[in-house]
Formats: sequence, C-alpha cells, structure tokens
Amino acid sequence: MTNNLDAMTFIEVKNLSKTFDQFLANDSISINIKKGEIHALLGENGAGKSTLVKCLYGVVKPTDGQILINGNHVIINNPREARSYGIGMVFQHFSLFPALTVSENILISLDKKIKKKHLEDKISITAKQWGLPIEPTKKVLDLSVGEQQRVEIIRCLLQNPKLLIMDEPTSVLSPQEINQLFKVLIKLANSGCSILYISHKLNEIKQIASKVTILRSGKVISSTSTSEISTTSMAEKMIGKKVKEITKISKNSYLNSSTAISINNLNRKKLSQFGTELKKISFNVKYGEILGIAGVAGNGQVELMNALSGETLGDPDEIIFEDKKIGNTNIKFRRSLGLEFVPEERNGHATVPDITLTENTFLTFHNTYSKNNNFLNEILLSSNMSSNDTISIINENDVRCPYSNPLADQLSGGNLQKFIVGRSLKANPKVLIISQPTWGVDIGAASEIRSKLLLLAKAGKAIILISQDLDEIYEISNNICVINNGSLSTPKITSKISAKDIGILMGLS
Amino acid sequence: MIEFTPRKIQSSFWAILSPIISIAITIFIGSLIFKMLSYPVMESLYQVFVSPFSRPDRIADIFVKACPLIIIGLGLIFCFKANIWNIGAEGQFIFGTLCAGSFALLFPETKTYTLLFSMFIIGFIGGAIWSSIPAILKVRLNVNEILVSLMLVYVAMLFIDFIVRGPLRDPMSFGFPLSKVYPDGAIISKVDFPFIGFLGQFHYGIFIILILCPLIGFFINKTLPGFQIKILGSSIRASEFAGFNKNKITFYVLLVSGGLSGVAGVIEVSANMGRLQPEVSFGYGFTAIIVAFLGRLNPYGVVIAGIIIATAKLGADNAQMVLGIPKVVTGIFEGMLLFFLLAGETIQKYKISIRKEN
Repeated sequence: MTNNLDAMTFIEVKNLSKTFDQFLANDSISINIKKGEIHALLGENGAGKSTLVKCLYGVVKPTDGQILINGNHVIINNPREARSYGIGMVFQHFSLFPALTVSENILISLDKKIKKKHLEDKISITAKQWGLPIEPTKKVLDLSVGEQQRVEIIRCLLQNPKLLIMDEPTSVLSPQEINQLFKVLIKLANSGCSILYISHKLNEIKQIASKVTILRSGKVISSTSTSEISTTSMAEKMIGKKVKEITKISKNSYLNSSTAISINNLNRKKLSQFGTELKKISFNVKYGEILGIAGVAGNGQVELMNALSGETLGDPDEIIFEDKKIGNTNIKFRRSLGLEFVPEERNGHATVPDITLTENTFLTFHNTYSKNNNFLNEILLSSNMSSNDTISIINENDVRCPYSNPLADQLSGGNLQKFIVGRSLKANPKVLIISQPTWGVDIGAASEIRSKLLLLAKAGKAIILISQDLDEIYEISNNICVINNGSLSTPKITSKISAKDIGILMGLS
Repeated sequence: MIEFTPRKIQSSFWAILSPIISIAITIFIGSLIFKMLSYPVMESLYQVFVSPFSRPDRIADIFVKACPLIIIGLGLIFCFKANIWNIGAEGQFIFGTLCAGSFALLFPETKTYTLLFSMFIIGFIGGAIWSSIPAILKVRLNVNEILVSLMLVYVAMLFIDFIVRGPLRDPMSFGFPLSKVYPDGAIISKVDFPFIGFLGQFHYGIFIILILCPLIGFFINKTLPGFQIKILGSSIRASEFAGFNKNKITFYVLLVSGGLSGVAGVIEVSANMGRLQPEVSFGYGFTAIIVAFLGRLNPYGVVIAGIIIATAKLGADNAQMVLGIPKVVTGIFEGMLLFFLLAGETIQKYKISIRKEN
C-alpha cells in the first residue's frame, strides 16, 4: 500500500525498540523522514538518540520494530548494508587516521575499489560541488577539526547518500564553521538528500531543520514541524515536566552566615579535545547555602569539578576557603581542611570497582586515619577504623549490600551512590561539592540523597551542587547559576529564576 | 561473539582440580608430540616431568634454578600491580650484578661477609639505577616504560660484555672473557645439611626468599603504600581522587623492582659462578615476568610459579641431555603448561558463552 504521502517518504521507522539487558533505550519509536528534509532529533544525554541512529546505521540491531526505506521493509545488519541503502553517517568522534592523507583515509573506507589518482579527482570535484574546500593530498593530522569533519562528510557524499545522519556536528566547530556547515546541509537537502540532524542545541534546530522529533527516556515525546513549536516548549519537552514556578519558600537563614568558599576568576584549559575550557568562573557560597549549578552535560562540569577538588591545580587565589588560598593545593590537603567531594563518575573515580567497600572507605579516609594516630598508622592500613566507618555508612544511609563488605561493583548504581554520598557525609565536611548526585539513580534513592543534602545545609554546611537535573536543582538549591561552554552565569535566588531564564543561560534559545 | 561473564561464586573444588587437569592435558598432548617425532614416549615424559624430582640433589637444584626467578618475580609484583610495565628486569639484574661484582673485585683478599652484605646493597642500588632511567623518563616526559626498560636490557648486556672483555678481564684467563674470581667474602656458600652434606647446588642465598616473601606480602596487603600501588593499578582517576601521588608511586615501584632484580643477580653470581662473565643471566629477567603473572601477582603464588617454571626448565635440560630431545620441543611443553593453567583459571573465574552477533 503506497499513497502519496509515502512517495515523499525516504525512511520510516515503525515502533522500533531496543533493550540492553533490562534497560529500555528505545521504546517503540516511530519516525518518518521525507526526501530532502532536514529532520532534527532532539533529546538530553541518555534519551536514546544515539541508539536510534545506530539502529538506522546498522551498528546495533533493534530488538523490535520495522524500518522501511522507500516503502520497502528492510533489515540493516551492518553499516555496509546501511550504505548500500544510501544511508551515510558522520559520527561525533571522527574515525580518521592522522598519519594518512585525506584521500588515503577515504580510500580505505570505500566499499568499492578505486584508483587513488581517480579518487583524488573525485574528491576535488565533490568538494567544489558542495562547497567543502579540502586538499586531498594533505595529511589528516595537519587539518583543523572543522576540516576533518569535511573529510567525513565528503566520505559520505562519495557514496551518493539519500540520508545523511549527523551526530552533534557543531559541538566541535567555531561559529564561522557552523555557518559554513549549515550552507552545505541546506544545499544537500535541496538536492533531495534527507538529513537527520542530532543535537541538543535548540537555536540551531530552529535555524536549520524543518521538522523536529523530541526524545525523552527512549520515547518520542513530540514530532512536529519547527515552525509550529517554540524553543521554550522544545526545551520543556526535552527536559521533562513543565518546570513549575517555585512554591517552596527557601529558608534564607544562610544569608547572615559567613562565606565558606569563594571562587575568583578560575580558568582551566580543556582536558581533552572534546573537553571544555573554563573561563573566568567566579562565585561565593555561604555556610548553610546550597548553590545549584545547572547546565547541559559537556559544558565544563567535569573540568569545574576537577578544579574544585584539586585534581587539576591553578593559582592560589583562584579558590579561597574561609581565608586560606587553596587554588594550588591538592585534594588531600583540601580534604584535611574540611572540603569533601563527590565526582560524577561512580565507578573508577569515586570508587574502585574491584575492591571492597571497606577499602573504598579507606580511599578517602586514609589521611584522617593517619593524622589522628601515631606514625605507624601512616604506613599501616587501618582496617579496623575503616570497617567501623563503613558499617556506619551502610547503616546510616540504608546501603543495601548483597553480603557484608562486598566489592564496590557488586552494589547497584543507586546503592553505590548512597554509599559514596554517605562516605562524604561521614567525613563531616564543612563544604560539600557534589556532581550529578542522582544521575542514573532510582527515584527512591535519589530523594533520599536529596534530603541528606538538605539536612547537611540545615546543619550549616555549604554545598555546591552540579547537576543536569533541573528539578533537582530547583528542589534543593538556594541559588542557581548555569554553566554554559565553560562560563558560569551569576548566581540568582531560586525563586527569581525561571526555567525559561535557565534555558536562555544554557544557550538553548 | 564470545562473552566472558565473571562468575559470582567460584567453586573451590574446581580451583584445586583445574591445575591438575591442566597438567594432565599437557602430558596427553605432549605425549602425542613425542610420538609424532618418534621419541620414546614414556621415557621422554619421565625425563620432563619426573626426573627433576628423582633424586634429592635434583630437587635441591629446582630451588637453585627457581631462586633468581622468584626474587625478580617478587619485585615485578610491585610494578605489575601498579600497571607499570617493567619488561627490563633482565637488564636490571645484569647491571646490579655488574656493580656488586666490580665492587667485590676491588677488595681481592676480603674474607669477611661484610663484603657480601655490601654487595647486596650495591646490587640493589645498581638495579635501581638501571630501572630509574625508565622511571624518570616516564614520570618527567611520559615516555613509555616498556620500550625504555626493554631497550636498556641490551645496553646492559653489551656493557657487561665490554667490562668483562676489557677493564675487568682476568689476565690469567687465557683470553676468555672472565673476571678474576670473587674473594671469599663475596661467595655465597652451599648449604652443608647435617648428616646429608651438600645437596646439588643448594646455597644459603635461597633462604632470602623466606624473608622477602612474607615481607612483600605484608607490604602489599597491609600497608598504605601497598594500597596505593593497588589503587593506581586499578584506576588512575580513583587514585588521583584519593590524593595519591601517581608519579611518586610509579617511581618507587620501578626502583624496588629494579633493586630486587639486582639482588637476584648478586645471589645468582655469588652462589653459582663466583666471577663475572658475559652471560650472567639466562633470560631470568624475562622468564620472571611469566612467573609473576602465573603467580597472580601474589608473593606466595610467585614462589610456587617460580618452582613450576624451574622444574619445567630442568626437565627440559634432562630430556636434552639423556634423549637428545631439542629444547625447542620441550619449550612447547612449557608453553602448553602455561596456556592450560591460565585457560583453566579463566574458565574457573568466568562463564564463557558464545552469542550470535546481533
């Protein structure tokens, strides 16, 4: 059965589902991409965008559902088959060999054999045709990131794609490069090639796409034309429930207390190619205050956490705790002053997966144990002290263990997080800096963790909460600021900042 | 796709049975190989597996052969636990030996064991100096320690060769590249067992293992530095989060491991050769890598692994001497034994399932 509508459609996905173990990454997704359409796929990290796209490109096989190309039911087993159906993909992380030239890189990825000289000509022609200037004999290591992306795009274009999938293509580009890219994409779309454009940047989507499908928790929340939806409602649909105007009257008793920690003009270089540079970050946190730092992942949260914890160092006066300049001191020293940290990554950062909970307690407490005792304790493991502390952490925080003193990786994510938060509370910190405390944690454990944080603030301690979860930020913070592309907005009182404001600060609209 | 899922409960029954089965399979396939190459099967098996245990002095020689392997292996535990790949224990062994040996030859008439004691210290320092080169390069310039430590093996080999042929050559050696004989105070003597007398080459140096093994076991498992080493090996980020100094740990594990290789060299040469020669090590530093891993980086495991490997080497020697079976053939045995032991352990720890590509 084909009708007029179907004739316009290049690819149609019907009720596609994908499960990993018990985790439902894609839940009965249906999506319809017309010929020559720029279709945006919007969603937060973990919403299921990548999984869906990988299903289309044959990297993973859907558990359930159908894919129709030009009205015919197809099964895509691998990327080669995907390419034979006219599907090309540009990944966020490029797969190029730096030591090889542009044409060599393209040569090895082609499904058909072709003479190198002939290929170089073809590359030059394609490059000129689409406005993607590139020198085929140049080595990839001499290219800028934007040029490398062009190589990836040309690689796809040589296969004459009917559908080009682009995964967060602008995350590594400068504004000028972005404009250039958009021109190419529009030209491509006008020539009849469909484009599936993955992003979480709303203004870009509004600018370039004609249709947008919003995913959340593996489900399609909405699929409309971009002219019919505002960026604000896109943001709301992406983030989840309408962020209600705050009814909770936050206690402002902290206002009279002294400043616990102040950050002044903190700068850090990016840790990796895909990292974010921190630019002139400044804020103060008072005792009894919870400062929420909102922001879309990858905007400098990891770098900020590392800078605050002392895993990356800087100038002394970038961080001032009470009246001590500690910007150049290591994590051990900061802990000894009464700062405590909970990084985002539970396994392999906050804890070591293949050692016991007792040993994991020791991991952050070794300094305390040795300080309180004679010098032998600096050398010997105080297994007694850490096992006592571990037991009380487990009891006070309702950490459910499969057996007594298990290895860290034997705990579920939520229980491990309760352990980690409990461990940081056990240190009786004056300042707690905590990143994504409830990410991937079930609702029960999440609310327990949040109430622990509220209690800590009530006891007069300062908390810096870095979180992607806006609800969480609204629920427990006194003040909110937003990190965007390595810069931090000025903190504002929670009741005076709306979700729309936050969206604007996130650079979403 | 083959999948390895860790077993939640590991059966102690299989833990005991799996090495036995491994040895049985090795013997079975080994006899097929002997058969194929038309060597007498039973006689060959006897030489390889039984003859090393056939006389008390041969049993004693197993320990003599295992001694350097175990001491180097104990040192390598430090590096490998921290995920630092010191492949150059052979070079550290040689350089430590060379330093200690040159020192001994400076005092030709010495009879007191103060000299031997100083040689242990100098041997340790010599080995540590050799491993400090990859350590410094790794810490300062992030140079790969595998390459540097390995390449330094060949430097050390050529260096001792030069020293023994040149500056330290014994004028009375009839042109052989040998140094003068060590003074008495630098020789480790054989053990004179009461009522039995000497047993093969069994010497006092072997007893150092009795001290080192529990000491290192205690250090690794019960002390903070040992804990730091373990954490660095498991997760660099967690180790930074704990506030451990990665560079310091890297540096010290390399020093200790190089130092112990040097000590192994001092013992080996003072007990068995009594002089410097171009070949002081017979690949002990490389074999010890296998010993360390076969012993699962556990000090007591390393002792057992050292004995197993030494036995296999001696069995191979005997088979060659008595039946003329080339070492290449018996080398296959060693390989098979290792393969099956490790395979047995893997199966015991992991459930292996084959899944169709999805």
